[in-house]
Amino acid sequence: MTEVVLRMTGITKQFPGVLANNNVDFELRKGEIHALLGENGAGKTTLMKILYGLYQADDGQIELFGEKATVFSPNDAIGLGIGMVHQHFMLIPQFTVAENIVLGHEPKKFIHLDVASAAKKVQEFSERYGLKVDPMAKVENISVGMQQRVEILKALYHGADILILDEPTAVLTPQEITDLTQTMRELVARGKSIVFITHKLKEVISIADRVTVIRRGLVIGTRNASETDSNELAKMMVGRDVELTVQKTPATPGKVVLDIQDLHAFNNRKLPALRGISLQVRAGEILGIAGVEGNGQTELAEVLTGLRKITSGRILLNGAEIGGLSPRKIIEKNVSYVPEDRQRRGLVLDFSLAENIVFKNFYRPPFAKGVKILWDKVQDYALKLIDEFDIRTPNEKVPVASLSGGNQQKVILARELSSDPDLLVIAQPTRGLDVGAIEFVHNRVVEARDQGKAVLLISLELDEIMALSDRIAVVYEGEIVGEMPASDATEEQLGLLMAGAIRMSDAV
Amino acid sequence: MSNDKKTLSPILIIAVLVIAVAAILYFVFLRGDNANTTSGETLKFAMVTDVGGLGDQSFNDSAYEGLKKAEAELGAEIQVIESKAMDQYETNLRSLADQGFDMIWGVGFLMTDAVKNVAEQYPDIHFGLIDAAFTDADGNPLVLPNTMNVLFKEHEGSFLVGVIAALTTKTNVVGFVGGMQFPLIEKFEAGFIAGVRAINPDIKVLSAYTGKFDDPAKGKELALAQFGQNADVIFHASGACGIGVIEAAKEKGLWAIGVDSDQNHLAPENVLTSMMKSVDVGVFTGCKAIYDDAFVPGITTLGLAEAGVGYAPTTSNNVNAEILAKVDELAAKISAGEIVVPEIPAEASAFVLE
Amino acid sequence: MFARLRQRLGPVGYRLSVAGAIIAVYLLLCVLLKGGFASGLTFALNSVLYMLPFITFGAIVVIAVREGYLKSQIGTPLLALTFALIVGVITILWAEKNPFKAYGALLAGSLGSLQGISETLVTATPLILTGLAIAFAFRCGMFNIGAEGQFIMGQMGAAWAGFTFKGLPMILHLPLTLLCGTMGGALWASVPGFLKAKRGVHEVINSIMMNYIALYLTHNLVTGVLMAPGQIPVTPAIADSAKLFRFLTFINPTFRVNLGLVVALLAAWLVYLLLWKTTTGYEIRAVGINPHASRYAGINVSKSIMLAMVISGALAGTSGAVHVMGIQHKFVDVFSFIGYGFDGMAVALLGNNHPAGVVIGALLFGALSAGSSRMQLVAGVPKHIVTIIQAFIVFFVAAELIIKKLIARRETKSEFTEAEKEVAG
Repeated sequence: MTEVVLRMTGITKQFPGVLANNNVDFELRKGEIHALLGENGAGKTTLMKILYGLYQADDGQIELFGEKATVFSPNDAIGLGIGMVHQHFMLIPQFTVAENIVLGHEPKKFIHLDVASAAKKVQEFSERYGLKVDPMAKVENISVGMQQRVEILKALYHGADILILDEPTAVLTPQEITDLTQTMRELVARGKSIVFITHKLKEVISIADRVTVIRRGLVIGTRNASETDSNELAKMMVGRDVELTVQKTPATPGKVVLDIQDLHAFNNRKLPALRGISLQVRAGEILGIAGVEGNGQTELAEVLTGLRKITSGRILLNGAEIGGLSPRKIIEKNVSYVPEDRQRRGLVLDFSLAENIVFKNFYRPPFAKGVKILWDKVQDYALKLIDEFDIRTPNEKVPVASLSGGNQQKVILARELSSDPDLLVIAQPTRGLDVGAIEFVHNRVVEARDQGKAVLLISLELDEIMALSDRIAVVYEGEIVGEMPASDATEEQLGLLMAGAIRMSDAV
Repeated sequence: MSNDKKTLSPILIIAVLVIAVAAILYFVFLRGDNANTTSGETLKFAMVTDVGGLGDQSFNDSAYEGLKKAEAELGAEIQVIESKAMDQYETNLRSLADQGFDMIWGVGFLMTDAVKNVAEQYPDIHFGLIDAAFTDADGNPLVLPNTMNVLFKEHEGSFLVGVIAALTTKTNVVGFVGGMQFPLIEKFEAGFIAGVRAINPDIKVLSAYTGKFDDPAKGKELALAQFGQNADVIFHASGACGIGVIEAAKEKGLWAIGVDSDQNHLAPENVLTSMMKSVDVGVFTGCKAIYDDAFVPGITTLGLAEAGVGYAPTTSNNVNAEILAKVDELAAKISAGEIVVPEIPAEASAFVLE
Repeated sequence: MFARLRQRLGPVGYRLSVAGAIIAVYLLLCVLLKGGFASGLTFALNSVLYMLPFITFGAIVVIAVREGYLKSQIGTPLLALTFALIVGVITILWAEKNPFKAYGALLAGSLGSLQGISETLVTATPLILTGLAIAFAFRCGMFNIGAEGQFIMGQMGAAWAGFTFKGLPMILHLPLTLLCGTMGGALWASVPGFLKAKRGVHEVINSIMMNYIALYLTHNLVTGVLMAPGQIPVTPAIADSAKLFRFLTFINPTFRVNLGLVVALLAAWLVYLLLWKTTTGYEIRAVGINPHASRYAGINVSKSIMLAMVISGALAGTSGAVHVMGIQHKFVDVFSFIGYGFDGMAVALLGNNHPAGVVIGALLFGALSAGSSRMQLVAGVPKHIVTIIQAFIVFFVAAELIIKKLIARRETKSEFTEAEKEVAG
C-alpha cells in the first residue's frame, strides 16, 4: 500500500566551504504530502534542486519508481515525472495563463501556436484537478495565489507525478494558504506525491502527512505529522530548546505618544487606501495592526514615516503635528521604522554593515562634523551594536548583502532601536526569518516596549500579532473595523473582522 | 584571509616581469629599426593624415597619391602616419621631424596650428600644409620660411561642373549639397552657382548643408528632398555624406556630381562628373620643389591654370563632346583671367557672364 | 549539457577536451579564413607562438589571483588587457606585420621616452576628467552619456573666456577661464539632471540629445560670431594669461604636458574625498545603489540626483576647459564628436568607477593612443589596431563574468570558508 515513489540515498553535495547535504537519505511515498523542514540554509532546497537536476550530487543515488535514475537537467527531471514550483515563480508576465502552461509543449497549427486549443486543453486540465484558473487572463493581472496555481498546473501539464513546492506559503495570504492546502489534498487524493519545503512549524502540522527535518545538511529525523508537535520539531530544527511563546509582563501604558485622527491617503494606483483611520498608541504598549495583505497596512506605515502624502486627517506625535513632514524631519522627531521589505527599503545591500548602521544619522554628530563623516566613530558605534545585537558577521566592513536574512534584520533593528525612539513603527518584522531569529526579534520588540516606547506593530501573521500585542486593531479596506485588548481577542473573532464579515460597533 | 602582507611582493614580481618583457621587446625589435633608418642621399618625404585617415577616398588618399608619385618619379622614401585623435597631429608631425624627413605634409586645415607649431620648432625641415594659410594672433597673414601652404581655387573647378550641370539639366533645376557651412565649403557652392548662371541664369539652384561630413544617410535625405523638388543634377561637397547623395541619384536614375576625387566608380551610370581637387598635384609640386632645390615658402594657390582643380577624366563617359568643348572654352577663359569666378555664394547669385 | 559532459569525462578529461575543442575551432577558423590548409596551419602555429608570452602572463595573473596574491579587482582588468592584446596579436598578424615589433613600438612610443610619456599624459588628462564624470554620475545610479556634449561646452566656455577677457592678470584670468569651462559642462548636465530628478525622464536619452545640441550650437558659434578672422572655423586663440603652464618645457620646449594634469589628479582626489568622506557623497552613493531605501532613510533623492549630475557635468566641462587651456588654445570646430566623453565611459568601466581606477584606466588609454603613431612609423601597423585593442579591453572588462569565473574558482571558496568560520566561531 505504501508504495515508495522516490528514494534518495547517501546524497552528498559540497559547495565551496559548505557541506550543503551530508549523506542525506530521503523517501517519498505515493500519495503523501511530505514536508521538508529546516532553517534557512539547512540544505533542504539544495536536496530538491539535486532531484530536479539543477545541481549534480557529488555522491549518492536517486531511485524513482523503483528504478535508478540520473538527472542532469530539469528537462530530464520533467521527463521522469518530477515538477518543481519555485519560490520565485518562473512565469512570463505578458503571456496568458494558457500560454504559460503549455509553454514547451505547445499545440501547434503548422508553426503557429494554436491558442484556442491550448486554452481548451488548459480548461479541461484545470477542471480535472479542481484548480480553477482563467486560461485567457494575462499572468501579470492575476493574484499571487493564482499564479502559484498556474505554476502547479504547468508542472502537472508537463506530466509530473511528484511535485516539489519550495516555500509555497511564503507569498500567500491566510485564505490563499487554505486554498493551497485544499489543492494539495486534492492532488494527493489523485495519486500525486508532494514534497513541501518549509521552515514554518505550524504548516507542517496542519498540512503534511510526514515530515523530515534537516539541519546543517544532515537529516535529523522523520516523523509522522500526527505524532509530533511544534516543540519537538522546533528542537530538531534548531538543535536546542526554543521558546515558541513570547514571555512578557502586562503592559503599563503611559501617555499618548501617537494620535492618528481620521487619516486618509491614496495607494500607488491613486485609489483610496486609508479611509479615515483613527488610532492612539501609548508609551509602553504594543498596538498590533492585524489584517489581510493589501488593506492599507503598508500605506499606514508609509504615511506615519513621511514616505506617503496624506490627503486629509492629522497625525500627532507627542501632541505635535507630523503629518506632511519630510521623512528626515520625522526621523529627527524620534520615530523609528522597521520597514516590511528589508532588502528593498531597509538596507543598502551593497553598503557595508557600518554604513547601514548609520543610514539615518550619518549626517549628525557624533558621526559627522560639518560635511565630513567621521568613519572611526561610525566603526566604533557599529562594533558596539554588533556586540549588543549579536549580529553574526566577520566584521563591520562586509556588505550587508552577504549576511543572512536574520542578521540583516538585526542590523535594521539595531539601527532603529539604538536611536532611542519615542515611537517604533515595525512592519512584518519576522517575514522570512527562521525560528531562532524570530525569537530574538520578538524579545527585542517586547524589550523596547518595556523601556517605555510606543510600538505600532504591523503584521500579516496573526500568531505574531496575538503573541506580541497589548492591544489589537483590525484593519479592513483602509478602515479600523475593530479594536480590543489582546487578552480579549480570539482567533475566530479576529479572522471574521479581517475578512470584513463583521465590524465592531464600538470601533472608533 | 589575511593576504595583506602576501599581496605586496607578488605585485612587485609581476611588475618586474612586465617591465622585463617590455624591455626585451624594446631592445630586440626597436634598436635594430633605429639603426637602419640612417639617411642616405635619397630624399625622405612624409605626411600626416587627419582623423579621416587613409581610405577616405578624398584628400588624404589624394595626398598619398602625390607622395607615391614622388616615390616613383623622384626616387624618394615615403612614410605616412594616420592620426588617431586631433591632438595627435602635433605629436605625429614632430615624431616625423625627429626622424629627419626632408619635407613633411599636414593634410587638411584642421592641422593648421599643429603644422605651425612644429614648423617653428624645426626651422631646418620643410613642411607643407594643404588647404590653409597661417595667420598671426591678430589675424594677419603669416609666412613661415620653411613651410608652403597649398590652397586650391575650388570655385573654379566648381564653376566647370556647374556649366556641365546647366547643360545637362532637363528640368532647369539643379542642386548643391554641402557639408558643414563655412567659407571653404561655400567656395564650392559659389563656383557651382556661377557656372550654372553662366549658361542660363534662369536655372534654379537649390542649396542645402548636411551639417556634417560623415553621415551618408543625411546626405541621401537631403538629395532625395532636392530630387523631390524637381532637381535632376546634384553637386555635393560634403565628404562622406556625398556617398548618400550618389546613392540617391542611383535610386532615382538621376545625376550626381562627385567631389575631390573621381567618384565615377561609385555609380558609373549616375555620376555625371566630379570636381577634382588635385591635392596630389599640390603635394607632388612641393616635393618636386625640394628635389629641384627651388622651395618657395608661403601660399601657393592651385587653380585651373595650374591643373590643381578641374573635372574628372571619366566625364566623357556621360557628357557629350559638344558640352565638353563649351566647358573647355570657358576653362581657358578662366585660366587666362578673362572670367573671375566669385568665391562667395551671395556674389555668385548675381553672377552674369559678360 | 556541460554538466553531463563533465560527469562523463571527469574534471581532467573535461578540461582537456574543452581545450582541445577551442584549439580545433581556432584551427578550423584559420584554415577557412586563410583559404588553404597549409597556410591556415602556418598562420595558426605562428600566431600561437606570438601569443605565448601573453598567455603565460595571463596564466600568472590567474594563478596569482586564485592563490590570493593579487586582488581580483586588479586581476580582472589586467586579464582583460591581456586578452585584448592576444586579439591584437591575431589582428596584427593578419595584416602581415610583426606583433612584437608593433607592441614594442607601442610601448616605446608611449613610455619609452620622455616625449612619449609627456604625450601619454597629455592624452590621459582629459580622459581622467571625463572618466571621473561618468564614474561620478554612475555612483548615483545614472549613466551620463552626455559627457561628450558637456566636454564640448566646457571647451567653448573656456575658449570664450580665454580670448574675451584679455588683459586680466593671470591669477584672475586662469581660474576664471577654467571656471567658465566647468560651468559650461555643469550647465549642460543640469538639464538632463533636472528632468531626471523632477520628472523622472531617463537621463540617457536627454543627455544624448544634449550632445547634439552642444555640437551644433558650438558649430554655429564658431562659424559665426566667435569665428577668428580667416577661412578656418576656429575661435581666436586664448590669451597667454589663460594658458595652463607646460611645466616640462625646460627640458624640451616640445613637451606639451601641462598643469591640466595636476587639475585632473586633484579632481580625482576631490572626487574620492567627496564620495567616501562626506555626508553628501554618502547620500549620492546610497541613492545610486538603492533610491527607495535612501528615501526611507530621509535622504532627499532628487537633490542627490541633481547634484550628482551637475558635478558630473562640471567634471566633463573641466575636461574640455583643460584641453583648450593646455593643448589647443582655441576652440576648433570638429564636425563630429571627438570622443573624449565616450572614451570616458570605457575608462570609467575599466576603473570600476573608482577615482584611482579611472586614473589608471585613463593612463592606459592615453598610452595606447600616444604609442599608436610610433607603431605606425616603426611597424607599419595601421592606427585602427589600437582602436581594436581598446575596444577589446572594454569588451573583456564588460564581460567580466567570464573572467571572474576563470579566476575566481578557488578564491570564493577560501573567502567563503573564512567568513563561515568566523561566523561559526
